[in-house]
Amino acid sequence: MSAVVEFRGASYLIGERRILNKIDLTVEAGETLVLLGRSGSGKTTALKMVNGMVFPSTGEVLVEGKSTTAWDSVRLKRRIGYVIQEIGLFPHYTVAQNVGLVPHLEKWDAVRIRDRVDALLRQVGLDPLHFAARYPAQLSGGQRQRVGVARALAADPDVLLFDEPFGAVDPVTRVELQKQFLELRTSLGKTAIFVTHDVREALMLASRIVLLRNGAVELAATPREFTEAASREARAFLDCLDFAAPPP
Amino acid sequence: MTPDLAHEIAQLTLEHLTLVLVAMAIAIALAVPAGILITRRAAWRPWVLGFANVMQTIPSLALFGFLIPVPLIGGIGKRTAIVALVLYALLPILRNTLAGILGVDRAVRESAIAMGMTGSQLLWRVEMPLAARTILAGIRVATVTTIGTATIAAAIGGGGLGVFIFRGIASVDTTQILAGAVPAACIALAADALLGLLERRWSASGS
Repeated sequence: MSAVVEFRGASYLIGERRILNKIDLTVEAGETLVLLGRSGSGKTTALKMVNGMVFPSTGEVLVEGKSTTAWDSVRLKRRIGYVIQEIGLFPHYTVAQNVGLVPHLEKWDAVRIRDRVDALLRQVGLDPLHFAARYPAQLSGGQRQRVGVARALAADPDVLLFDEPFGAVDPVTRVELQKQFLELRTSLGKTAIFVTHDVREALMLASRIVLLRNGAVELAATPREFTEAASREARAFLDCLDFAAPPP
Repeated sequence: MTPDLAHEIAQLTLEHLTLVLVAMAIAIALAVPAGILITRRAAWRPWVLGFANVMQTIPSLALFGFLIPVPLIGGIGKRTAIVALVLYALLPILRNTLAGILGVDRAVRESAIAMGMTGSQLLWRVEMPLAARTILAGIRVATVTTIGTATIAAAIGGGGLGVFIFRGIASVDTTQILAGAVPAACIALAADALLGLLERRWSASGS
């Protein structure tokens, strides 16, 4: 089984502060690896090391067998889809222009781009006839997030990175988006690395969960194994599930 | 209004407009790239902004005066006047270029970089379009100010509508003063309205 992404002793320091401490991790093709952890556990930094937004201070991160420092920075980023919580849609571009951005940068021809955009919008549940010509300001939060996902998928990347993408929407929309993520995951078979601090989301979406604490890997397990874990940090997260449940 | 006066008003108005347009073209050509540069090189900001700030702080008449003895760009006449007007117009354009570009939403910039945009694609397809309105506002302020400041060009032989004003002051002739001041004010208002229209047009494209 080929590891699509591999962390080898990757650390990240800012001055004296150790954000990530010798992370060793492999991400296999087709899996959804969830990086779970508290705020400040280093999960976003780890994610950003995959597409070269951040480089490790020591150690290395390999994507398709090549170190991120050896990759051409632009080529690496264009091959990896990236979805963040604030989404970051270009306000001066229409939905179609936003989604078609990477294909456009990759110089696909206009017809191919348009067909791809239409197909993707449908795939994320947005009717192209209604949405393609709209501007982000005219969309709801949930709609914008869907456009963000479509944009990340546009150039058909093999790896997708998600940084707490559903955190800023209401719970009802969040569940819809999570379900859609699962459908897409199954139909597209892509490799995904998903950062979240929501243990329920982790259990629902992950094929494997990696729990980070203070910049180090505390635990790597399947969702089933995670629920049975003895680690204190894991239990702390799992206890939150009970708190959210209604009293008997 | 005698035909001679009308003719002279037209002539000096044209002269005035020329001074303003040339000065603004040069100021924009210098200040916008400089503004873009200092968004990328934070260490240079205090120096570049500081220079433009000092130029603006010097009273305009004094600035025109200071430049007279300077070799190459100095002397009496239009060239010196234009140099002074350019220096005076730099700060608003520079500041607004910096603020406009830095004001681009962090998430937009981050996702643009993550999509694999090169530095120049980021600048021309994202930062400049989103900063355009702010930059244009700076240009508008600079233009209106320059139209007013250009009246001082007459003091060092630069021509323009200031000729009427200085002549009118020297001979205590209100007609002369108004012949200079009214067209200058009209041009300033027209420029403000025109550039304001352009600014609003820009915001209509969804930014």
